[in-house]
This record gives sequence, structure tokens and C-alpha cells, in this order.
Amino acid sequence: MLRITCPHCGPRDEIEFRYRGDASLSRPGPEDDAKAFQRYAYERENPAGMHLEWWLHVGGCRRALKLQRDTASHVIGGAGEP
Amino acid sequence: MQRYSAFRLALEALRGHGGWQPAWRDAAPKDRYKVVIVGAGGHGLATAYHLARDHGITDVAVLDKGPLGLGNVGRNTTIIRSNYFTAPNIRFYDHSLKLWENLERELNFNVMVSQRGSLNLAHSDGQRDLFARRANAMRLEGVAIEMLDKDAVKALCPLIDVDNGRYPVVGGFLQRRAGTVRHDAVAWGYARAASARGVDIVQHCEVTAIPREGARAMGVETTRGFIGADKVVLAVAGHSSRLAAMAGFRLPIETHVLQAFVTEAVKPLLDIVVTYGAGHFYVSQSDKGGLVFGGGTDGYNSYAQRGTLPMAEEVHAAGITLMPALSRLRTLRQWGGVMDMSMDGNPIISTTPVENLAVSTGWCYGGFKAIPAGGTCLAHLVATGAPHPLAAHFGLNRFETGAVIDERGVGPHPYLH
Repeated sequence: MLRITCPHCGPRDEIEFRYRGDASLSRPGPEDDAKAFQRYAYERENPAGMHLEWWLHVGGCRRALKLQRDTASHVIGGAGEP
Repeated sequence: MQRYSAFRLALEALRGHGGWQPAWRDAAPKDRYKVVIVGAGGHGLATAYHLARDHGITDVAVLDKGPLGLGNVGRNTTIIRSNYFTAPNIRFYDHSLKLWENLERELNFNVMVSQRGSLNLAHSDGQRDLFARRANAMRLEGVAIEMLDKDAVKALCPLIDVDNGRYPVVGGFLQRRAGTVRHDAVAWGYARAASARGVDIVQHCEVTAIPREGARAMGVETTRGFIGADKVVLAVAGHSSRLAAMAGFRLPIETHVLQAFVTEAVKPLLDIVVTYGAGHFYVSQSDKGGLVFGGGTDGYNSYAQRGTLPMAEEVHAAGITLMPALSRLRTLRQWGGVMDMSMDGNPIISTTPVENLAVSTGWCYGGFKAIPAGGTCLAHLVATGAPHPLAAHFGLNRFETGAVIDERGVGPHPYLH
């Protein structure tokens, strides 16, 4: 069980949250080519270690937060507002 | 290779079982091979076997960081089936099922293929319509499937609470050729058959780097030294992204953990595979008597080969809703495996940006049933350079061209698959 410290609500269990994927990606602009959009939509670094990710606090304040979490040990580095 | 037979068993029984030989050679790595396969799991070993059998390429090494078969080939819930929806997938998975049907004779190894049938349940009219559509898609490809109504489900499997207040069962479909296979035996059987044809199986040999020379991989750097290779193949479920990073490219893959469970052993209780339709839960009874079951992934990226409690609770809750009698059993063991979750929920058997490097990845949690066909198709790709017709739709370039496979109608997010 992960304990995630929501910046608005304080420490809560993971069941209150929904995972929404890699938060290190940034959407390409209108001037970028199709390849850039392919990378953005599909390709992932998928590290075995620290990972920056989106979580939604659906069972609480309903706001999005960014979480730094180790994907191998599940140790949480920190959480903050986007 | 020492052939296994009833005669051999009787002979060894008389001689006090002193004449059995090791099933495969535990080889030390040579300096160079024609093909180096990373990962001695189901797909890696099957690929080595098919390279040797179908293409005459025996200068092959299969490397594993630990003993063979301790990855996902030994961690799954052992189900084989071909009840897919898209035509190319039905063809691929049904080819795999046909290979399973003859695998024991092929490998001269008892992998305990049990075609006990697999029942998928529908809990609403809409879901039943969707099943009818999937069943029709299968029939168009010549794969037998039976639609069942509620009474037929009840008669087939009295354990199921068809009148559940929240999720009543309205029907389902049954693929009688589907079933289960002893998963460890698949790894051992392929290892033995590949080794007998001259393939080197190198255990405790972890790949630490994949040095490149221009667009080609020179071989693999391992904990047991550098091994040169004309061609490198990655079949490392869960860790494909890390190996791809060593070779300098990215994959459309996220790694997620999937849990499985087994109860204490009981007398025969359940003689088919049952998949719940109102939650993620599938169950069968092993020959040892334990009920083997699993659910969905934990829902977020994880390389930990263990699960967390919220999903364990959800899976048990789904199981007890489906079969209330299960609440009387105790769960004996729980474990996790790390899955390559691809962005469209379908596998990748493909060439890569590195010229002489091929991958088999993205099996999500359906890789076990695909082992025989996956091995056939990957060996074909490695030997001929062209994709096997059955796996042509599994190319990595589909994420670039937009020809992604829409098996279930969900978007490019592994947490939805």
C-alpha cells in the first residue's frame, strides 16, 4: 500500500488515487512533425528507478498531482502540485 | 537427447532410476554466436528451438540472468485460449493453440496440456452482444466457440452464483479447445529440445550493455564477459525497455506488475477455466488441487516482482462475488510478475532501429498462451529478415503508421489494458 501525501489533503492511501502515467512528457507544438507526436503518444523511458508521474486524487480533493516514485522499491520521493 | 517413453520409465524403475541424464546442457558461453537470445523464458527458448528446427540455425545461445524459467513463464496462471476479436489476432493465437495441441509429441516432454475449456461470463445484455460479435468474428476464422445462456452456465459450473444481486450472469461463451498447461514444464521442455539440437543455454549470465557499431549491435556485454553476435534477440518480458535503452532506442512499453494467487489444495471442484465479466478475475484448478487465480495489474508502473494489497483485495472480492464457495478456502501463496504493457495492448514481434536486433515484447499479460506461435514467428523474423505472415501486424512501425491493433477499444494507456 502506497501512502501518498497530497499537497492539499495530506497523507492518504493509494486507493483514493488514480494513476495517470508518465508526467515527464510534454506535448509537441503545431510546428513539430508526426514523429514527435508518435514519441509523445507512445514511446516511454519506463525507468526501473525514479519516475515522475501523474496521479489524480479522485477520492479526495479531485486535483491532479505530480509524484516522484521509485518503480523498483515503491519509495516515494515527493509529491507536489503540477 | 535421451528420449522419454513408457519403456524408458519401466527400464529406469528396474535400475533404480540411476540412468537419467540432465534434461539440458548448462553451457558456458562461447566468444561468439550467430544468434544470441537474451531471456531464457518461454518465448526465448521457443525461438531458439524453432531457429534450430525450422531454419537449421544451431549456433545459438540463450542467456538468462538467473536460472531459466523463473520469470513470467513460471509466474502466469497457465491459461491457453484463442478467443480474440480482431481477425489477425484470432489467426495468430489459434495457430498457437494448434501448436499446443501437438506440443508434447513435438518436444517429447509432458507439458500437461489440458483442454478443459474456458468460459467467459457476460453480466449484461450489452456485454452478451459484444460476446456474440466476438464469437462471430472467431467463427469467420473457423474457430469453434459456443454461446451459452444462463441455465447452460449454471449446468456447466454450479459454483457460479448466476443470480448474484449486483452482477447476475446472463450468459457467456465457451471455447472447449482452450485450457491450461503446466507452465514450468513448457520452459523445461523447450530448453531440453533446443539443447538437444545444439543450442547453448547459459544461465546466470546477465546482460549489462549492448555495444553498437553504427546501426548494428556488436553483441552483448555480460557478467560472464563479452559475447559477440551476428544477431541479437531480446525476449525479456518486463525488462525490454531497459535492454532497449542499452541498445539506444525507446519502446512503446510500460512495465506493470501483475499478481497471481493460489489457494490450499482441495478435491476436484472446478473442471474448466472461468473468466469473470464484471471484474478482472480468472480461475482454474491445478492438478495439485489448488485454485489458481489472478486479476488485473496493480495499475501503475512497477518493476517490483510482488504486488500490493489493494489489488489483492479487489481480486479476492471479485472471486467471492463470482463463486461464494471460494470464501471457505484460504489463499496459500501470492506472487507478482512484471509485464511489458504495450500502448495498444498487443504484442510486438519486430525488427528495431538497430539493424541486427529483434524484439519480442509487449505481451501484456497474454504471453504464455502465445509461446509456441511467438517462438515460430520470431525465429522466422530472425532467420529470414521478414515478418512471419501470422505476425506481420505485430511490427513496431504500427505506432508510427497508425495501424495500431484495436482489440478492445481502449486508448494508448497501459493502465487501461
